[in-house]
Amino acid sequence: MLDHDVTIRIGGEAGMGLESSGAGFAKALTRGGLYIFGVPDFYSRIRGGHNFFTLRAAPQPLYSIDDPVHLLLALDLETIRRHIDDMAAGGAVVYDAKETLPESLKRPGVLFVPVAMTALAKEIGGRAIMRNTLALGVAAGLLGFDLSYVESIIRDNFAKKGQKVVDGNLQVIAAGVEAAKPYKADYPFHLDAAPDAPPRLLLNGTQAFAMGALAGGCRFVSGYPMTPGSPVLIWFAQHAAKYGAVAKHVEDEIAAINMAIGASVMGARSLVPTSGGGFALMVEAVGFAAISETPLVIYNAQRPGPATGLPTRTGQADMLFMLHASQGEFRRFALAPGSLEEAFHLGWQAFNLAERYQVPVMVMSDQFLADTFRTIEEDALDFDAVEIDRGALLTKAELDALAEPYKRYKVTDSGVSPRALPGHPNAVFVTESNEHDEWPRINEEIDNRIAQMDKRMRKGDGMLKEVPAPTWYGPEDAALTFVCWGSTYGPLREAVDRLNAKEPGKANMLHFSGLEPFPPAGETALKKAKCLVAVEGNYTGQLEILIRARTGVVMDGAIRRYDGRPLRPSYILAHLPEALGVLPGKEA
Amino acid sequence: MMVTRDDFKISEKPTWCPGCGNYGIVNALTKALVEHGIAPHEAIVVTGIGCGSKLPQYMRINGMHTLHGRPAPVAQGAKLANHRMRVILVHGDGDGYGEGLGHFAHAIRRNPGITELVQNNKIYGLTKGQFSPTSEQGKRTSTSPQGTVERVVQPLALAITHGATFVARGYPGKLSHLVWLIGEALEHPGYALVDILQPCVTFNKSRAYDYYNERVYKLEDEEGYDPTDRTAAWERAQEWGDRIPIGIFYRGEPVPTYEAQEPALQAGPLVEQPLGKLGQAQIAALLQELR
Repeated sequence: MLDHDVTIRIGGEAGMGLESSGAGFAKALTRGGLYIFGVPDFYSRIRGGHNFFTLRAAPQPLYSIDDPVHLLLALDLETIRRHIDDMAAGGAVVYDAKETLPESLKRPGVLFVPVAMTALAKEIGGRAIMRNTLALGVAAGLLGFDLSYVESIIRDNFAKKGQKVVDGNLQVIAAGVEAAKPYKADYPFHLDAAPDAPPRLLLNGTQAFAMGALAGGCRFVSGYPMTPGSPVLIWFAQHAAKYGAVAKHVEDEIAAINMAIGASVMGARSLVPTSGGGFALMVEAVGFAAISETPLVIYNAQRPGPATGLPTRTGQADMLFMLHASQGEFRRFALAPGSLEEAFHLGWQAFNLAERYQVPVMVMSDQFLADTFRTIEEDALDFDAVEIDRGALLTKAELDALAEPYKRYKVTDSGVSPRALPGHPNAVFVTESNEHDEWPRINEEIDNRIAQMDKRMRKGDGMLKEVPAPTWYGPEDAALTFVCWGSTYGPLREAVDRLNAKEPGKANMLHFSGLEPFPPAGETALKKAKCLVAVEGNYTGQLEILIRARTGVVMDGAIRRYDGRPLRPSYILAHLPEALGVLPGKEA
Repeated sequence: MMVTRDDFKISEKPTWCPGCGNYGIVNALTKALVEHGIAPHEAIVVTGIGCGSKLPQYMRINGMHTLHGRPAPVAQGAKLANHRMRVILVHGDGDGYGEGLGHFAHAIRRNPGITELVQNNKIYGLTKGQFSPTSEQGKRTSTSPQGTVERVVQPLALAITHGATFVARGYPGKLSHLVWLIGEALEHPGYALVDILQPCVTFNKSRAYDYYNERVYKLEDEEGYDPTDRTAAWERAQEWGDRIPIGIFYRGEPVPTYEAQEPALQAGPLVEQPLGKLGQAQIAALLQELR
């Protein structure tokens, strides 16, 4: 249970600069020694609509956002309309004094703070858009947060635009603080900076995964923009020249994956970042990577479908699709990081797994994990632990010494054939998409088909030993065990904490970040639990289906969210009685 | 070391029909490679799916037998990863001008250092005779019983339009000319297209040797034809009828290749650069962005 956390929400229309001001304030709070969890909630449009950014800050690490809201920065009346009932008792709503606040939006116990945001922004900063900066000044003023941290972000962010712009923004911030002064005494919440706290990092799942991939030797990225997968492509495009990588935005996702396969055959560690619709286009080539035994990492930041669906929102509905995508049968890894730390680690490990087994590796993130900012300790991304293991890749010296003619698809006990990269005179070979023999020649004979299928499928034995085992959180032998995968980790972890704070030993959770092959440890773990409730972001219960198929274990209840919004602790707790089939009025 | 025809020899017997134009194409490619001193391990032949795309099975050379319509992106990925390798893209008309027409145009825009040879038989052979994007309008096939309504794709004009600086057409019935064309294409710095009129003697009898032998003429023999005149080349690229031109339609000034403009490749081919853990300074720079 968190006693000292403060939730700030800034809302307005698209185009008002919410994302950058939200991210900027999150960084200021992190520099001030606080832990942040920041979630953007945006419509798929460039102007209009209603967007908001929720920032939760606390002196201790955070894993989720949740209601209530302690401070609402409303750049328009729609923001008040949508969020007024999420307010904490004593919370404040900051709005533009030029608006007339309708009686219907007023609530007892909520402090309304009219500030001439547009007028002041224009007067002091010269531009109406600077009202978001002004709102941050009001927030800092009301919360009593040390302004120097906010100012340091302003300086960093606007330095490129010149001192005049920096000064203008600093003056706007100061005006916001000033405007908050008359209300400070009536506002009970505060955010105290912790100047002695060690420096920490603020990042989102996109950055965590991309840094992990780069550290793991990813040097070729090809993709086509699709929210929320494109931020990984953009990250690589912006870092490629400096870190010796090639990142290409190409004509479509089909080209992207086929280019990555071409690059991988030649020896580059290759990644295709996308979202579900883009992955749908890539499906045929996944099978090409599989039969040609070409290492490849596919990153899918899921969003709700079908088709265009909810482009800027979150979901976990692509799991079974990714586990089965492409015709025929072959081995693949499917990994679903639950946290920033895991996104980083699976980011580099994916490339080792792809190369060790010469298979496609699917990494399933989602909009929630990809776009959500969280503060972590400076050493939480363990670069020292990174290893680059290229598996059965033949070195030039080994190829020089090759006594026998090279067989690309040699039948081996492990199923993995030593891989040469094209270019050596002793290993002239074809990468083949037809069924083939060891050389490979195209071969449709019965014995050969069985030998090659068996060889490729035998990789599964080794893969089973490498797929990440599920992890436990919470007390052993709890009465209730939640089961989840991917980004649900954070919100569910907090729900578990809250249950146990009320009733020690009540609940624990089992999180799956390895889904394919299904980790053998998963079955043992599931069979230990007393009462199982699956929590996931889809309609049909895909993790439940997978667990039942792989282990025969049937859940006792399920909480499924498919409205495109991230799971939250309060959502999980509110739906728990229903999930357990408990009648209203009875305790779960 | 001298490169000889024997270097490319393989025991595999092609699955092509007797008289298939692909025999001439594989011969011409082999001869051109020998003439230009390119050894089997120095090149990779990236193909799609179709009778002709089995070509890397029938000569000893590195190959990638990919997916129908997709060899162009695979080839570009290969070239970006290792630009020291000769990347030769070989596929049919269904592959490159049908399913892969978008990739074809986009590849040309980038000018990768790739030689593209198209086995253009104007029919789907491996699926036994359906019309292709280059089949003549009105052609009756199993999927066009009333005759096709589509106009033909114009690959040469399309290539010129999108900035290709080497655009040619060959014909296996004029083998030494085809060998020369492929050689010129291989030596061209940047993207080079050789569209090849490939007789399919089984499924497209009306576009077999007799048809072409009567009609083809070499642009090199055409008085006054200037292959550096882009507008004239674009017009000539669409000439089809009693006279069918073969040869180099357009040869422009070379422009920088896709890979030459890539910052990461200035230090050499991507796959030849050391792959190790990030250094302390690199890690520090990444973390600094997050503070």
